[in-house]
Amino acid sequence: MAEHAIEIEHLWAGYDHEAVLEDVNLTVEEGDFLALIGPNGGGKTTLLKVILGLLEPMRGRVRLFGHDVRRGRRWVGYVPQRVEMDHEFPIRVWDVAMMGRLGQRGLFRRYGAQDERAVERALRDVEMWDLRNRPMGELSGGQKQRVYIARALAAEPRLLLLDEPTASVDPQVRTHIYELLRALNERVTIVLISHDVGVISAYVKTVGCLNRRLFYHGGGEITEEMMEHAYQCPIDLIAHGLPHRVFAEHEDPTERRAL
Amino acid sequence: MIEALQYAFMRNALLAGILVSIACGIIGTYVVVNRIVFLSGGIAHAAYGGIGLAYFLGLPPVWGAIGFSLLASLGMGWAQRKTRQRADTLIGVMWAIGMAFGIILLDLTPGYKADLMSYLFGSILAVPTGDLILMAVLDGLILLVVLLLYKELLAISFDETFAAVQNVPVDALYLLLVCLIGLTVVMMMRVVGLIMVIALLTIPAAISVQWVPSLRRAMVLAAGLAILFSVVGLGISYALNLTSGASIIMVAGLAYLASLVGVRWRARKAASRFALTPLQE
Repeated sequence: MAEHAIEIEHLWAGYDHEAVLEDVNLTVEEGDFLALIGPNGGGKTTLLKVILGLLEPMRGRVRLFGHDVRRGRRWVGYVPQRVEMDHEFPIRVWDVAMMGRLGQRGLFRRYGAQDERAVERALRDVEMWDLRNRPMGELSGGQKQRVYIARALAAEPRLLLLDEPTASVDPQVRTHIYELLRALNERVTIVLISHDVGVISAYVKTVGCLNRRLFYHGGGEITEEMMEHAYQCPIDLIAHGLPHRVFAEHEDPTERRAL
Repeated sequence: MIEALQYAFMRNALLAGILVSIACGIIGTYVVVNRIVFLSGGIAHAAYGGIGLAYFLGLPPVWGAIGFSLLASLGMGWAQRKTRQRADTLIGVMWAIGMAFGIILLDLTPGYKADLMSYLFGSILAVPTGDLILMAVLDGLILLVVLLLYKELLAISFDETFAAVQNVPVDALYLLLVCLIGLTVVMMMRVVGLIMVIALLTIPAAISVQWVPSLRRAMVLAAGLAILFSVVGLGISYALNLTSGASIIMVAGLAYLASLVGVRWRARKAASRFALTPLQE
């Protein structure tokens, strides 16, 4: 059996003895493109923190590629939500992407030619190579997001983990970023958390809904039952039947490309 | 002005200004990009407690200041990282207690305390050779640490969460950085005095990050600016018979205002160019 990218068993996690996540179970196969959606405060970010080893679980177990998270996270490329940054921070695109190589180099070690090749490839993948000498502060929100994706890719990860990758970019840029992620998914597993339900459903392979508990069936469809559990009320999208229409196209790759 | 250099105290003052400026440029840049100016001020004032303690015990004040500033650095650094809401309050309290502790110990110490004012307002004109050696050693230490850990310190300054995920020991490096701030601050007290430490630590770095897009180059530029401000300030203080520390800070402050105007002018120019040729996403 293939190794699981993420394996979560009976996870309880939260802050100050108050659980935000209750009994979460999730197995992500390699090659998957999973979106976790859910309302604000539903525990999406908490789950991400646990997967990244930034928050200790109260109960339960999380494994990345068969290892505990502190070892396994070296195969994880993390793209944070924070697109806004200190505009005066003196740093160029290239130097930000280079941070993705920190985990590959130890303390006191300089970056080498191998690191530079990985960063170049990552910047070309996200089409930011031409802007590699630009100061970060001069980039648009969408360009910054691409650089953060490049930084994650520079680590040559097997799993890409994204926190609201399109939270602060305009709709046109959002489409670009999802197209990019779909192309990247040919070689890396992708897990992203988001709340723009409508858009992601056209790109991802599987969807889970998170609201303290995880509603996940390993399928690409957002079922009415999942949404009702997650949001505790039927939401507009379901009423309009939009996800199902989108997912019908999802099954036909040629048609999808034409979109 | 050149004839001023025939005096040994003037040569020492110049050398002290240069040595301190090097530390200032490097460490000040970290202070500015990490937004820990207030914490640095706290360390400087708490270090005054160490000076009081050293006087009380009859030890060299510099050693008291170094010991206390390192303790304050660790305490305040920990508060900044581990307490979510009221880090600034905790730092403010340590700031005040350190200062009060120093003053009370000085009260309890019998005899004349000539050096007291020199720590508040600086005494660059009375820097002994021993202090110059100490400054050079501290510069060497700072340079060594920053050369060895440049990429990690850059990463924790820019995005510490990402650094943590990359298995960088964020907490330990942060405390190391704060301790370097403590050492720098003690050196600077000699030159510009406790009250104006923050100005010389932050102004050159604040100017340079406005003009160069790389942390490394910002450090070099900030060190250069700090040297320039020290030398010009010293010259003015010599020529007009003014307090040296205050003269240095006034020069730095005016340069900062000029830089702010320059940055706005540059932004306006960029905006008009942007209007003519719209940039593509």
